[in-house]
Amino acid sequence: MNSLDVKTERVEGWNRPPVIETDGEGELLEVAMGPHHPSTHGVFRMDLALDGERVVRLKPVFGYLHRNHEQIAETVSYLAMMPYTDRLDYICSLTNNWAYALAVEKLVGQEVPERAEYLRVILAELTRAQNHASTIGFLLQEMGASGTPLMYAFREREKILDLFESLTGSRMMCNYMRFGGCRVDASPAWLDAARKVVAALPAFVDEFERFLSGNEIVMARCQGVGILRPDLAVNAGVTGPMLRASGVNYDIRKVDHYGIYDRFKFRVPLGDHGDIYDRYMVRVLEIRESIGILEQALKDIPNGPVMDPKAKIRGFRPKPGEAYGRIEAPKGELGFYLISDGTPNPYRYRVRPPSLINLTVLEDMCLGSNVADVVLIFGSVDIVLGEVDR
Amino acid sequence: MDGAGGDSIVKTVEEIKAAIEAAVPGAGVTVVHNGSPSGQHSLRIEPEHAVEVATFLRDDAELALDFLSNLTGVDFLDKEVSEKIKVTRPVTKTVDGLEQTVEETVEETRKHVEPGYLEVVYHLFSVAKKHGPVVLRMRTRNRSDEVELPSLTPIWRSAEFQEREVFDLYGIVFKGHPDLRRLLMWDEFKDHPMRRDYVEPDDYEYEPTPHDKVLARAQAHKAAAAAGEEKA
Repeated sequence: MNSLDVKTERVEGWNRPPVIETDGEGELLEVAMGPHHPSTHGVFRMDLALDGERVVRLKPVFGYLHRNHEQIAETVSYLAMMPYTDRLDYICSLTNNWAYALAVEKLVGQEVPERAEYLRVILAELTRAQNHASTIGFLLQEMGASGTPLMYAFREREKILDLFESLTGSRMMCNYMRFGGCRVDASPAWLDAARKVVAALPAFVDEFERFLSGNEIVMARCQGVGILRPDLAVNAGVTGPMLRASGVNYDIRKVDHYGIYDRFKFRVPLGDHGDIYDRYMVRVLEIRESIGILEQALKDIPNGPVMDPKAKIRGFRPKPGEAYGRIEAPKGELGFYLISDGTPNPYRYRVRPPSLINLTVLEDMCLGSNVADVVLIFGSVDIVLGEVDR
Repeated sequence: MDGAGGDSIVKTVEEIKAAIEAAVPGAGVTVVHNGSPSGQHSLRIEPEHAVEVATFLRDDAELALDFLSNLTGVDFLDKEVSEKIKVTRPVTKTVDGLEQTVEETVEETRKHVEPGYLEVVYHLFSVAKKHGPVVLRMRTRNRSDEVELPSLTPIWRSAEFQEREVFDLYGIVFKGHPDLRRLLMWDEFKDHPMRRDYVEPDDYEYEPTPHDKVLARAQAHKAAAAAGEEKA
């Protein structure tokens, strides 16, 4: 069934996408963009209706990568679910680990040792830096800069992934956090290697910016395109760099102070216009802020255990109850909602996926723009299909 | 109320309940206690007043819950509850060679079925005031035919895809949703796979292969072995 044929019930007063009136001349062209389109970052489909070059309707179609992640959780124990979380947003497995660990720690009231908190911050900020760098690389790729900016980003990402590999044993599927700490300790040699990588990052960002920020093509294609109003962004639950590019100051690291983020000095970069360029700029600035946090964390990291010795691992049965834990993942608010009924498996395990919810406003941003800009607007949202479809 | 580790909200759930009941007369709000150390207690609201309550929570200057972060479904199956009750009833007994009817207290186990329900849980935050979460929940009457709940998409647009997902995976029908279709499963799919009693259908499409004869012989062999025959 073509989803464009569905008659939708119009409800007045809600924040719905505007209706684009066509001049009635000619026919609308319906395009199924995806699921196998190189710019959709995986298997994602947009059903477009085009009036010439102009987008009149856009309906995203999901589910090509659906594997009922949430139901798998109901059949395995809390700890056994940790490696599955790596596969949600597979670019940022360590932040997924942290969000899940945080939710379970809230559920059982578990404390985390100091050194483990520092390691978590270091790994999360490294993850953020490499995610934003590759997102910008992909965005440029979709703008027509075939390969080169992406390879610059990937060169830097590879150094960070090498760090992940030497600490956790895996580049992308890290499975590193535990309820009450981290799986293994970082050696002094690893910390030195991390310091070296972090010290080289500012030069990379400078170089990246020198090539891109003032680039004529980047400015022409990004400025004033795909504008998202701040009131709509909040109402539609948009989070992360997308929300802040629209000028809304909401960073969960600052709001919730989860982990030990209140110990670090960092600013929250904000945009003014909410267009693609602002989203690009917010990401660049967030890499710079992440470098700042990394320098502070790598300087102050104390010695000590990385796992709470009293943390229960075998026979882990949380008391009946529920908890919602959330973190500022690179893509937005990543939350885990857990209900325990006292058994070893979660009764209900829910992922609040920032990638999916940020796509709510995709139609609003694309309507009226050219079809070539849809690729860019979509690229500036920054999604991973493993998390959208779960 | 304890926040998600952050600026805890100024009001407790009881205060929010009182505020809702003052603003929306007749709204039945129940405080649901949470036994976990997270301390995130929730408020159960009645579907009849849900839209008014949600509008109040969003627009109230003090609460300003402008951000519906998470919306999800939970399935609770029919539960068989057995309880022991003391019953006094006449019992015929032979006492001193005489048949007598004596009142006696007997313990009896009675079983009854508590009907299951589907529940939707909402996690609300405030971007303006930077507090939260406030947890709301809403129940359907049962799991089979009365599964309608009002949609909150007109109030928080972030519910648009999440309500579609709950409709898809749990089968809760959101009245007033502008575009209620399946989100993750395909349109022709019939069941709701996240329900606790979901059974995967045996719809594997067998295609003929060059080894069909071998497979058929293997099936016959297994059947014969199961029947206890010595030679296949």
